[in-house]
Amino acid sequence: MTLLSPHISRLLLVFFILLNIVVSFSVQAQIDISGEWAAVFHEDEDERRPGPEMVEYQGIPINEAARRRALAWSPTLLNLPEHQCKPHPSDYGSRGPSDTRWWKEVDSETQQLIAYHNRIRWQAPERTVWMDGREHPPEYAPHTWQGFSTGHWEGDVLVVRTTHLKQGWSRRNGVPRSDLAEFTEYFYREGDYMTQVVIVNDPVYLTEPFIRTNNWKLDLRQQIAPYLCEYLTEVEMERGLVPHYLPGQNPFMGEHAERYNLPLEGVLGGAETQYPSFIDND
Amino acid sequence: MKILNVISPLRELARRAGLALLSVYLLGPLNGLAQQNFDDVEIEIFHVRGNIYMLVGAGGNITVQVGDQGVLMVDTMYAPLADKIYAAIRTLSDRPLTYIINTHGHPDHIGGNATLAPRGSNIAGGNGGGNTRDVFSMMAGQALVVSHENVLNTILSMDEPPPVEGWPTNTYFVEKRDFFFNGDAILLSHQPNAHTDGDSFVFFRRADVVSAGDIFNTTSYPYIDVANGGSLQGIIDALNNLLDITVPADRQEGGTMVIPGHGRVSDEADVLDYRDMLTIIRDRIAYRIDQGDSLEQVKASQPTYDYDPRYGSDSGFWTTEQFVETIYHELSSR
Repeated sequence: MTLLSPHISRLLLVFFILLNIVVSFSVQAQIDISGEWAAVFHEDEDERRPGPEMVEYQGIPINEAARRRALAWSPTLLNLPEHQCKPHPSDYGSRGPSDTRWWKEVDSETQQLIAYHNRIRWQAPERTVWMDGREHPPEYAPHTWQGFSTGHWEGDVLVVRTTHLKQGWSRRNGVPRSDLAEFTEYFYREGDYMTQVVIVNDPVYLTEPFIRTNNWKLDLRQQIAPYLCEYLTEVEMERGLVPHYLPGQNPFMGEHAERYNLPLEGVLGGAETQYPSFIDND
Repeated sequence: MKILNVISPLRELARRAGLALLSVYLLGPLNGLAQQNFDDVEIEIFHVRGNIYMLVGAGGNITVQVGDQGVLMVDTMYAPLADKIYAAIRTLSDRPLTYIINTHGHPDHIGGNATLAPRGSNIAGGNGGGNTRDVFSMMAGQALVVSHENVLNTILSMDEPPPVEGWPTNTYFVEKRDFFFNGDAILLSHQPNAHTDGDSFVFFRRADVVSAGDIFNTTSYPYIDVANGGSLQGIIDALNNLLDITVPADRQEGGTMVIPGHGRVSDEADVLDYRDMLTIIRDRIAYRIDQGDSLEQVKASQPTYDYDPRYGSDSGFWTTEQFVETIYHELSSR
C-alpha cells in the first residue's frame, strides 16, 4: 500500500474540514418550524375567533361575482348533513382556532427532509408539505381541502405553494374562494414566534392577490385534542333543498354596517377596502 | 327491436330536429368533430382506486376497470381516438375487452364503440336462458355494449346512425341493472330526463367509484339536451340520487369517488357544490318567472352571474345564454 505524502495528507485534511464547514453552514441556514404552536390572535381577532358577521366583506379584494355569491349564502346551509364536518381549507385554517403542530418526516438513511406535516386544532385537518422536489399532480387529479403543497427554503424562510384545492371560502360568512385558486405561504420563525404570510390568487373571485398574516408562539405544553365530527340530520328538510337568499333578499344587508357606523359600500368588500385610503373617500 | 312510443306532434317535431342536430354533431362536416385535429391528443391514465382508472384525452372521460375476467370500459370518447385509447388500455391489462357501458349516447362518449367493441370478446354459451348475453354480440364475438334502451332508440332513429358494431345492443329499460365482474358488483341506474333521457350512473360498489357521465362535470354548466329528453330538474334529481350513493371517508372528503363526464376526479363535496349551484340557479329563475318576468327580463337579472366566471361560456357549443334560455323554457312550461 502506498502512503500519501504528508503534504497531500494535509491538503486532504484541510479540504475535508472546509467541506464539513460548508455543509454544516448550509444546514444551519435553514431553520426548523417543527413544534407545538399556539395561535396568537394579534391581528383581526374579531373576524377570526368569534367570527365574521353576515355581510361583512371589507378588506377582501373580491369581484362582483364573489359579492353576489356571498350575499346569496345562508348559514342555514350548514344544517345540511353534507355541509357539516367540512374543515377549513388550508388557506383559511390559520384564521380560525388554529393551534397547530408541525412535524418533520426525514429519510432515515440520508437524513434528508422529505416533508413537513401539519395538524390544526379545529376539525383536525392534516396537511403535508412535500420538501423533496416532487411535481404537483395533473389538473384532473382530485382536489382536497388541504390541497397539494410543495415547499422550499429561501434562506430561513419556508416558501410553500399549494394547488388542487376544493372550493372553499375567503371568509367564513359565505365569501367564496374557487377551486381554481392557488396560494403561496411564507413562514418566518424568530425564536419562539412564527409568522405566516398567505397570498391567495383566485382567477374566479379575486381581483388581485389576497394577503393575510397569522402568528403563533411556541407552546411546549400544548396538547391538541382529537376532534370528532359526525354529520347528522338535526333539522328535517325537504330532500334537495338548498338554503340560500334570492338576489336582493339577504335579510342581513346593512346590519353590520349600521352596527359599526360603516358605509355599506365599504362592508361589501373589494380591493379598495383593503387600504386606509378608502376611509378618506367620500 | 323495441317499437317507439307514439308521441305528440310537437314533441315529435322537436325530437326529429334534435336527431338531425345530433346526427350533424356525430357525423356532419360542419361540426367541430370533423374539424378537430386529434393528432396531438394524448390519452392520459389516472389511477382512481384499486382496479379503476380514468382515461383523459379529448371528449368525455373514460372509466376502465381491469381484472382477471377482462376489461370493462365506461364510455369510449371520440372515434378518431379509438386506437390511442386501445393502446392505453393495453398498458393496463392484456385481458380481453369484455364490456363497454355507455352513460349516454353523445358522440364524445360513444364515438369509439364501433372500433373498440370488435377488438373485444365475450364468452357465449348455454341455451340463452336468462339472455345474459345478447345474440348479436355473441355471434359477433365482440365486447358487449351496454346502455339504457333510450340510447339505442336514439341511434336507431337517426338518419345516419353510427356503425352497427358500436350500437349498444345489450340494453335495459327498467330503473336498474346489475352484474358482477372482476370481483365487483356493477350497478347501472337509469337517470330519466337528465342530461338526456338515456343517462346511466355506473357504480362500482366494492371499489366505491361512480361513473356519472355528463350529469356531473367540473368544467361547465351541464348541457341540457332537451331534444333527447334532457331537463334541468332531471339533472338535479340525478345529482341528488348521486349524493344518496356517495359517502365521504372523513371530513367530507374522499370515500366514494366520482368520475365526471368531463373534468377532474371528484368526491361528494364536489358533487354537492355542483348540485347546490344548479338548485340555486333554478330557484332564481323560477322566482323571476313567478314574478311575471319575460325571458329577456330573466336574462337581464343575470341569474348565473356569480357562477359564470367558473362555469359559464360566451361561445362554443353550449353558452351561458343557451343554458338560461333552456331553463326558462322548462320552468315556464310547468
